[in-house]
Amino acid sequence: MVTKAEILHWLEEVKDPEIPMLSLIDLGVIRNVEITTNTKVKVTMTPTFTGCPAMEVMKQDVIDTLLNYGIDDPEVEINFKERWKSDLINEKGRTALKKFGLAPPPRDTLIVDIDILQHVECPHCESHDTNMKSPFGPTLCRSLHYCNTCKQAFEQFKPIE
Amino acid sequence: MNEQALKDLLYKIADDQLIIGHRNSEWNGLGPILEEDIAFCSMAQDKIGQSLQFYKLLEELGEKDPDAIAFTRNAPSFHNSQLVELPIGDYEFSLMRHFLFDHAEFIRFEMLSRSSYPPLSEIAHKLKGEIKYHIMHANAWIQQLGNSTDEAVKRLQSALNMAFPYALGVFEESKFEGDLIQDGIFEGEHKLRSKWFEDIDKILAKTDLILPDLAAESAHLGGRYGEHTEHLQPLLDEMSEVFNIDPSAEW
Repeated sequence: MVTKAEILHWLEEVKDPEIPMLSLIDLGVIRNVEITTNTKVKVTMTPTFTGCPAMEVMKQDVIDTLLNYGIDDPEVEINFKERWKSDLINEKGRTALKKFGLAPPPRDTLIVDIDILQHVECPHCESHDTNMKSPFGPTLCRSLHYCNTCKQAFEQFKPIE
Repeated sequence: MNEQALKDLLYKIADDQLIIGHRNSEWNGLGPILEEDIAFCSMAQDKIGQSLQFYKLLEELGEKDPDAIAFTRNAPSFHNSQLVELPIGDYEFSLMRHFLFDHAEFIRFEMLSRSSYPPLSEIAHKLKGEIKYHIMHANAWIQQLGNSTDEAVKRLQSALNMAFPYALGVFEESKFEGDLIQDGIFEGEHKLRSKWFEDIDKILAKTDLILPDLAAESAHLGGRYGEHTEHLQPLLDEMSEVFNIDPSAEW
């Protein structure tokens, strides 16, 4: 019988189409795996942002990967029962974000206030002398910032509870 | 549970979001600065994506599929408030509408996150986290421009005076208000409006702008019952133009 650990391992190959260094496992959007038989598996996913257009692509990538490993009857359900929050990004995911040039979201933020976003750590030089330029960036999950120390613009993966 | 009351509530939320989303998207390529262009388009993407979740809930309750609901109804079947259908106008009007609408929407989702109907409370809980960014954006610009030059203050004040009676129309009560409150589905428009007024008052008090007197203003009502301004139908025609060329096409 195929195990949950095996499936999670396979799904590490599936990356966020907008941040190709980050796997869906490390991003924390895969919330559950149900194994009925050796060939019938159901994966539950939840979106980072509700309007995220990459969701359908991710869903298809999960299905294709499972088919590739011989799961003939894969199913993906997207729901909000277990909401995604930025604290679900694991340590590996945070490192991947930083490598990609994106500041990882601050942890354990209960209230997203303008102050929390104002002095985000710069992913290039680690300075906190930074300003938020806009809470909206190139994708729904990123905000725009500027570092006064290394004089570079950068983006942050937005915190969400 | 009164299912008709629930559907009525879901329709008005979904329609508000679909229509304001499309209006926001009209700033694509026209924003006064690049960041604002991106901000209004990002909010458009959020709102349209969020409206889909409510249309899906309606589908589960036996209504048509989301595409059919969104793109095959005419204006009298839409339950959005008149505020969201008004043309984008100048930037100050779109900014002021965004400020007034998103504060109401945030409180609505906060209330609905406590709803006795789990599929609704789950989505509302998620959406209030997203709308926080919309409020943050609106507050930042209202405070910045509302304390700047005479021209900025004058323009924003006239946008506020014009939008305010329409904003009050957002809180038009449905005929099922009592059922929704009694069943614990939604705490009601009246409570929502009081909290909204407190919240926007707090922000406007930090600016040179004057909030119109709630008691002296009469609301532009009717939107929740399918009465709309002349601006909605042309927008719906535009939104569904491609769809209507061949409604049975496979996408």
